[in-house]
Amino acid sequence: MSQAKLTIESLSLSYSKGTSPALRDVTLGIEENSLMAFIGPSGCGKSTFLRCLNRMNDFVRGVEITGRVLLDGKDIYAPDVDVTSLRRRVGMVFQRPNPFPFSIRENVAYGPKLLGERDRGKLGEVVERSLRNSGLWEEVKDRLDAQASSLSGGQQQRLCIARAIAVEPEVLLMDEPTSALDPMATARIEELARELKKFYTVAIVTHNMQQAARVSDHTAFFLMGELVEHGPTTKIFTTPSDRRTEDYITGRFG
Amino acid sequence: MKETVNHEAVSEGFPMSGLSKSSDMGPVRPGYALWRKAADSLSTFLLWAAMAFVATVLCSILSFLAARGGGSLSWEFVTEPPRNGMTEGGIVTPIVGTLQLIFVSMCFAFPVGVTTAVYFNEYARGGALKNTLRLAMRSLASIPSVVLGLFGLAFFCAFLRFGASLLSAGLTLGCMVLPTIVTASETALANVPQDYRDAAHALGATEWQTIYGVVLPSAFPGIITGGILSVGRVAGETAPIMFTGAVYFAPGFARNLFDSVMALPYHVYVLATAGTNIERTTPLQYGTILVLLAVVLGISMVGMAARSRLRKDVL
Repeated sequence: MSQAKLTIESLSLSYSKGTSPALRDVTLGIEENSLMAFIGPSGCGKSTFLRCLNRMNDFVRGVEITGRVLLDGKDIYAPDVDVTSLRRRVGMVFQRPNPFPFSIRENVAYGPKLLGERDRGKLGEVVERSLRNSGLWEEVKDRLDAQASSLSGGQQQRLCIARAIAVEPEVLLMDEPTSALDPMATARIEELARELKKFYTVAIVTHNMQQAARVSDHTAFFLMGELVEHGPTTKIFTTPSDRRTEDYITGRFG
Repeated sequence: MKETVNHEAVSEGFPMSGLSKSSDMGPVRPGYALWRKAADSLSTFLLWAAMAFVATVLCSILSFLAARGGGSLSWEFVTEPPRNGMTEGGIVTPIVGTLQLIFVSMCFAFPVGVTTAVYFNEYARGGALKNTLRLAMRSLASIPSVVLGLFGLAFFCAFLRFGASLLSAGLTLGCMVLPTIVTASETALANVPQDYRDAAHALGATEWQTIYGVVLPSAFPGIITGGILSVGRVAGETAPIMFTGAVYFAPGFARNLFDSVMALPYHVYVLATAGTNIERTTPLQYGTILVLLAVVLGISMVGMAARSRLRKDVL
């Protein structure tokens, strides 16, 4: 096993005191430049887990998180961590495409501008590079000032990916990025995800087992807040060691 | 093609033949179909009638004003100051005064109102303080404007020693429209999808960067709507300014914030109540009302144009 980019140690999360935890004692490593898929039935905690990795759960009031999440060996929940620069390093793509109500160009340039980049030439380069890397450049290069809402759903999702990678993150989290898309657009995003792992460490939540099998190197199976099993995708899908994993991937529940 | 497939699936999978077709489903009561149609026509008529009533009232008021005041409208009327005890000349002094009052009140109420709305909507975490403040804000909207006028007199003119001035009157008007601006802005902010905020946060935006760069621009068309409504009220209200800064007559425009001003609504009031030469002043009074309406309409149109431009940019 090569160097783990992210190491999660005994992570537990409950949304409010006294309720049963949404995540229980999850320990997991995510290798650098690999693509890991989180699968499991609805409500199993896979999205909650993903949102722990860039501290998006901080916004949930009353949430309690214990355990450690190490990014390059450093705990992202340590008190001296600046959350905004953490989120710059750990980007996120959401379930529904959520471009800002700005132009295509402005959407991609938003992140670099947050970081203080004002140089129009440099911003232009970032916009082009990010759009090329998200496979959208050829489709939008002549209308960068058009509204992002004029794009199709699949294009909007690739725009969101371009926006996320414009700040050059190290990790890219994708929360069911294709659940709102048609099969063609889904195929393009999957292809893109496989490309992206060359540059980034990618974690993808999916409710679609075929998708996990198609795109990921490693798969982690969650059930009721527990990490049941994780390992190389081929192993999880051919010879799972836990009975519950086998039941899930063979479609007996979920 | 598609339909055939569906049809086959249905006839194979389900014993549909036993179900009655829609043509067998007769009316529940005889005459029901007729009643449905009649009710539909009746409601269409009632809606139309309500609209026609409103339009008639509006047109009557406007044509009444135009008939009484149209004669006094001229270039001189809007470019010259009143002369000879208000019986001659124009109304440029109150026109400028009203524009100044709008400017001063908006300079105060717009930033304060929008900031308050941002606080309520983005920062305040519920709880008693927020609810109390919000209730207080809503109650402010129901205070009669004459009471606000007296408050302005006591607080701005006397306590803060601003005197009867453009500043006192503008601030009083600003207080009057604060709830309008806050409520409209809050609604606009609440309508900004959470998705935008999540996306900005996920890129490493701070709370303020998210609000300033994403939330406010998305909400701005709605915020402008609150501004437009406010300008109309600021331009038209008499009671808040009659104690705080509007005067019967001023020899010229207010040159600084501490000068008193003439204002269109107060000018109308003066012409209607204080004149002795009624034959001369009545046409001027109606003319003034027409100009006041034109000023409000003009500002609203500028606001609406700005809003639709922003909408196009933003959405």
